[in-house]
Amino acid sequence: MLVMQGIVKQFPGVRALDGVDLDVRAGEVHCLLGQNGAGKSTLIKVLAGAHQPDEGTITFDGAVVRPGSPIDAIRLGFATIYQELDLVDGLSVAENIFLGHEHARLGFVNRAAANRAAAQVLARLGHPEIRPATEVGRLSPAAKQVVSMARALSHKARVIIMDEPSAALAHDEVANLFRIIRELTAEGVAVVYISHRLEEIREIGDRVTVLKDGRTVAVGLPARDTPTSQIVSLMTGRNVEYVFPPRQGREPGEEVLRVENLSAPGVFSDVSFSVRAGEIVGLAGLVGSGRSEILEAVYGARPASGSVLLSGRSVRRGVVGTVRNGMGLAPEERKAQALLLDQSVTANITLGTLPEFARLGWLDRGRERAEARRLADLLDIRPPDPERPIRTLSGGNQQKAVLARWLLGSRRLLLLDEPTRGVDVGARAELYAVIHDLAKKGIGVLLVSSEVPEVLGLADRVLVLREGRVIHEGAATELDEHRVLDMIMNGEAA
Amino acid sequence: MSEPTKSQAPVGEGRAGPLGATVPALRGLGEMRHVGLIGALAILVVVGLVTRPDNFATASNLISILSLAATIGVITVGATFVIIGGGIDLSVGAVMALASVWATTLATQSYGPVVMAICAVIVGTGAGLVTGWLIAYGRLVPFIATLAMLVAARGLAQRMSDRKTQLIQPENSALVDLSTTRVLGIPLLVYIFALVVVLGWVLLNRTTFGRRTYAVGGNPEAARLAGIDVRRHTMLLYALSGLCCGIAAIIIMARTTTGSSTHGDLYELDAIAAVIIGGTLLTGGRGTIIGSILGLLIFTLITNLFILNGLNTSDQLIAKGLIIVIAVLLQRRNLKERAP
Repeated sequence: MLVMQGIVKQFPGVRALDGVDLDVRAGEVHCLLGQNGAGKSTLIKVLAGAHQPDEGTITFDGAVVRPGSPIDAIRLGFATIYQELDLVDGLSVAENIFLGHEHARLGFVNRAAANRAAAQVLARLGHPEIRPATEVGRLSPAAKQVVSMARALSHKARVIIMDEPSAALAHDEVANLFRIIRELTAEGVAVVYISHRLEEIREIGDRVTVLKDGRTVAVGLPARDTPTSQIVSLMTGRNVEYVFPPRQGREPGEEVLRVENLSAPGVFSDVSFSVRAGEIVGLAGLVGSGRSEILEAVYGARPASGSVLLSGRSVRRGVVGTVRNGMGLAPEERKAQALLLDQSVTANITLGTLPEFARLGWLDRGRERAEARRLADLLDIRPPDPERPIRTLSGGNQQKAVLARWLLGSRRLLLLDEPTRGVDVGARAELYAVIHDLAKKGIGVLLVSSEVPEVLGLADRVLVLREGRVIHEGAATELDEHRVLDMIMNGEAA
Repeated sequence: MSEPTKSQAPVGEGRAGPLGATVPALRGLGEMRHVGLIGALAILVVVGLVTRPDNFATASNLISILSLAATIGVITVGATFVIIGGGIDLSVGAVMALASVWATTLATQSYGPVVMAICAVIVGTGAGLVTGWLIAYGRLVPFIATLAMLVAARGLAQRMSDRKTQLIQPENSALVDLSTTRVLGIPLLVYIFALVVVLGWVLLNRTTFGRRTYAVGGNPEAARLAGIDVRRHTMLLYALSGLCCGIAAIIIMARTTTGSSTHGDLYELDAIAAVIIGGTLLTGGRGTIIGSILGLLIFTLITNLFILNGLNTSDQLIAKGLIIVIAVLLQRRNLKERAP
């Protein structure tokens, strides 16, 4: 019914899709698998009309289509349910379902008709208890998911794309989601289902397409009886070469961080581990496994119960306290959480340790600049002009500036969240070397990455997380990518 | 109006080479960012010279322009900090009125002019601390918190003064001397204005406080994760704005010889307008003191020209409205060019 052939999508500096094929039949659940960055999200956005492909064709019911905007895509009968639900919290259930195609005459909304129609759709989805007049903001995540699906149905969608629909759902709610999906497919609707959870794909899926590095590496595998090992190796057999510095030259010293029974309700629970000076500890897990949240909790940027000891002393005073005590965080979202884009590289580097460049609040700008220049040279930040606005630097160089920020002052522990996200291959190797050097100097490093090879190649010890719990802890050299992915996706504690 | 040089600077994607070499040279012209504002000022001066050749360029007219600018000018310095820090302060005019009333009650006046001035500063700073606390720790939206302070401060000023204008007593005339005593032909209060501008510039550009102000306004989450106490800093920004209102109260008392609950009506709008015209983003993180003061001088000159030429004050308001729109449109164009 829906065939995509040779789809290419180029972004500045990245070839996000590099020849993707997809073939979806009416009435099937077609699963899309791939690691982070494999191109799943971009592919969805092409179908949703949010991105236009640079090359390739989309055929729907035998005719070539080009969804040029989200409205086009909806008219064609493609509906997308995004990972982050795109509902308006302040509007009612019915208003959300019919957003953009209201029951209206001359601009006046016919609320009664909308509510009736919404009730019908919701009943069909098996949720007559969700009242159309309820404000969406008051609903549970599961109910929001149902509303999102009702919206897709209200468009009379023939292809429904679901991006990690189960991520926000509890176990019994997933069962209901599957029941709805089965009803839809029975009516001939095609579902493109994206999930990291292999067991779900086995339960609900019919066929599987695997993406890797923007390409299709397998089309139409049977979902139920393709061996896990085959799927995992399709996902991981990569072209990207990782160049890791050798582990020699680092001797873990005394313990700098001890985390005991750290818990945040609904996010992670009972997490305990330690990091020693000069040691790199990696957290491996999926989005939503609690990995970034654990980092934030250790940093004091997120409330959690349990204890965090830095060099044996308790620091529970928020970020101001943890930074003063020698912690530093390079957050996941570089632009949103770390950088002052309008400011110079220098100002960004010294942001975390300003008091060290000041006497009675008076900035010693000469010393500030000299230090920034020294670090820019040390990390080889290019172009080598620390007075440039940081927005003009490439992602890799911006990330180096964030790392440089925490080379100042006496840091004892660095928390790195996805340090190589959006960084090209060459700059990655440089960043790895920088991180390695930091550890050599006796700084403890806690690293989060969604790329398993990165965690394995860089870390000395690895904690594997699944749904907020540590399911495995061990030396990186004793693990391989297959085993870690297996644990992450199937939850088999080894 | 801001930074024409930067918009021309090529945006390299992190490659070294000739680009990197040309940029420092362009940066030397950093002051160019205000060239549009200075141009606008120059045009207004020419208009003044042409339309009123006899009495525009006189010493008394120029001094009256500066005296007029001094009161709002001091407030504008505080407002610039608040807006760069990502906030807004609507309460400035009312807080200034309250400070002027509190400093001119018979009780305060009995302690002499120095105590009166200190009183004005303390009242202003105190009011700023209260709004700042509400915003930073009470999580109120700045617009709402400062709107509440606007209404409440005005009300308190009316209550304290019983809605009467309070004259400065003859024995406290030393305060009035600030407007009558001249050094090099310029009234003392203009020197106060200049001093506040210089101190404000130093604070914003040469201290950790100023750097943090840009950080808190530009990306509060990044500031927080870099270990900056964003809430405390936010509170201090409003306290600083209040402090400026207190100083402005001293100036207006000197100029009018009174304290009154009607002082400073709609000053908040003039101050915010001056800051916007000066190129400071209302979303925070970018802006300069010099720009704000140039914006304010443009506003004051327009008022002066309309008065000198005997034109309708309603037209003057229309002209000011147009200038705000034009300034913002020009800034937006510059921003677009700068976008990566």
